Amino acid sequence: MSKYTEEQLEEELKTQEYKYGFYTDIESDTFPVGLNEDVVRAISKKKNEPEWMTEWRLEAFRVWEQMEEPEWANVHYEKPKFQDIAYYSAPKQKPKLNSLDEVDPDLLETFKKLGISIDEQKKLANVAVDIVMDSVSVATTFKKTLGEKGIIFMPISEAIQEHPELVKKYLGTVVPTKDNFYAALNSAVFSDGSFCYIPKGVKCPMELSTYFRINEGGTGQFERTLVVADKGSYVSYLEGCTAPMRDENQLHAAVVELIALDDAEIKYSTVQNWYPGNKEGKGGVYNFVTKRGLCENNAKISWTQVETGSAVTWKYPSCILKGNNSVGEFYSIAVTNNFQQADTGTKMIHLGKNTKSTIISKGISAGKSQNSYRGLVQINSRAENARNFSQCDSLLMGNECGAHTFPYIETKNKSAQIEHEATTSKIGEDQLFYCNQRGIDTEKAIALIVNGFSKEVLNKLPMEFAVEAQKLLEISLEGSVG
Amino acid sequence: MLKIENLEAEIDGKAILKGLNIEVNAGEVHAIMGPNGAGKSTLANVIAGKEEYEVTGGNIELNGEDLNELAPEERAHNGVFLSFQYPVEIPGVSVTNFIKTAINETRKAKGLEDMPAKDMLKMIREKSELLEIDRKFLGRSLNEGFSGGEKKRNEIFQMAMLEPKLAILDETDSGLDIDALRIVANGVNKLKSKDNAVIVITHYQRLLDYIVPDFVHVLHDGKIVKTGDASLALELEAKGYDWIKQELV
Repeated sequence: MSKYTEEQLEEELKTQEYKYGFYTDIESDTFPVGLNEDVVRAISKKKNEPEWMTEWRLEAFRVWEQMEEPEWANVHYEKPKFQDIAYYSAPKQKPKLNSLDEVDPDLLETFKKLGISIDEQKKLANVAVDIVMDSVSVATTFKKTLGEKGIIFMPISEAIQEHPELVKKYLGTVVPTKDNFYAALNSAVFSDGSFCYIPKGVKCPMELSTYFRINEGGTGQFERTLVVADKGSYVSYLEGCTAPMRDENQLHAAVVELIALDDAEIKYSTVQNWYPGNKEGKGGVYNFVTKRGLCENNAKISWTQVETGSAVTWKYPSCILKGNNSVGEFYSIAVTNNFQQADTGTKMIHLGKNTKSTIISKGISAGKSQNSYRGLVQINSRAENARNFSQCDSLLMGNECGAHTFPYIETKNKSAQIEHEATTSKIGEDQLFYCNQRGIDTEKAIALIVNGFSKEVLNKLPMEFAVEAQKLLEISLEGSVG
Repeated sequence: MLKIENLEAEIDGKAILKGLNIEVNAGEVHAIMGPNGAGKSTLANVIAGKEEYEVTGGNIELNGEDLNELAPEERAHNGVFLSFQYPVEIPGVSVTNFIKTAINETRKAKGLEDMPAKDMLKMIREKSELLEIDRKFLGRSLNEGFSGGEKKRNEIFQMAMLEPKLAILDETDSGLDIDALRIVANGVNKLKSKDNAVIVITHYQRLLDYIVPDFVHVLHDGKIVKTGDASLALELEAKGYDWIKQELV
């Protein structure tokens, strides 16, 4: 990844079909379709969970059963048939792996296609990778290095076994089971995900990274991520996603909870590249995600996301600024092409004094896609001297796509200072001709203009991720100008 | 080098060029002058290949190759450079990044590797000195918030970097104060060689005090109606374009 040449970039541009559209034939252990209390119990049993966890899931399931699927988002799609989904799918593997040699060779091949060389990443990128493949983590690296610092980074299923007191203390405290329809569903059936705990005063020495991948046709993926940064600690967490090409819609309903205790900082970066469906709008992943972070005193949480994939996206990484002087940030690039629909944004809930939030959202729409920003800035009555700055920019390509902005501001404290800026622009013929005249063809010119437009957000990503994100932007907008 | 015969072109169905002829050889500087609406900018855009203009007749050849068959970027790869009258802004893309992309795309079209960063840096240093460009300027977003003079200087900087065979300067003098005009003209003069050619499109004689043309053409109503040497520009300045118009009647 470090040596990314123009040729490679060009090669990417030539690739018209979805690059990661392959399907690895690994023997899977899949539950029959359908959802009821028995299925929830079976998932819990499969994972060898303690009684409290089973009960927690069942409670969530009972809540979910009473809930209605939300319809307020600016997206239109055929609703998933929840009884036609298999809620558990795990690659069959040896019970416990001591080294990578023991991993299924097909699985390793899949990682190769994804460009994840675990060994290389260990050495070069200084990244510990916890790969989540069809819901079950199969490789956890760098555990030892992290262990020396007292950092816990493991599949959440393992954390439930090994650190039940931590999981029990924090799970569902930021996103309660009854928070919303998809969060409730996730709470009932999540099969795996990551757990991360940074002890007091520890600065995590490397970027923690998880690659998600949906692999078994027809299985929804319900990831659960819980990151706890104890007092005065720091962690940067990367989440990157790819998915194979599938014809039927795949449901993804993840929940991510971040907890930054006093003086702690969490940086959470996502590059999301799930299959967006084909040019006619057929297939593609439904991505209905709940991401939320809680800041105690002087804590800081930054969400940075590059969203290029999925047929339908519904996602609002949010910050609850509970502690005084806490800071929330949201930097987002959302690209939609062809028939993709995205309704994404953030919520900044100011509860503490002198809390500060920044929102930078860049929406890029092409083809017949619809791209909406939806954001809430809420200043509560006790939040003296709260500040927010929001900037929402939209870039349109062609005449058939749409960009929408829904900013909501609720202020109950007169000392609040809130700024909101919004722009909409279009890639103009004049810009393209100017680039062409300098020898830059139209496809490359669009990539250049889009990268320029997104620069403020790309700059917030860790280096390796930024390169990958730029590549993704280009791939996603291929063929968007006729 | 450039050979244009009986060129006819229109935009939105309106004929602008009506049988234009011009021949430019390597090592020459040509000035094209004329009143507003004569078709000067149209000519520049048609040579560069802007899509809105439709060529309805005649030929444009560059070193024996039919330019009409080529996309704008291919013309650029073949050595055509247009210094725009109104350069566009590209937010978030630095001058350096833009010129790097332009150079490497052109090299790629010729089957060459990317220019090594070291060479690129050296070249940028040289050329920015030539045009008295501040280093900080190179990190700014392309043309965003640039003054008129900065925009034009940036155009000539790009020309210096791309080393075209045929450079067309479309109203490069407009919006320039006298100091900027001198810097830009000096730059152009230093870049001149026996292997390249320059077409200067201008309304006024002013720029031609600095960039001395070998030929001056008067464009009127889509045709070259008079050709002479540098003294013709002075005559035009003194008498105005009406004199030419009257001569034509």
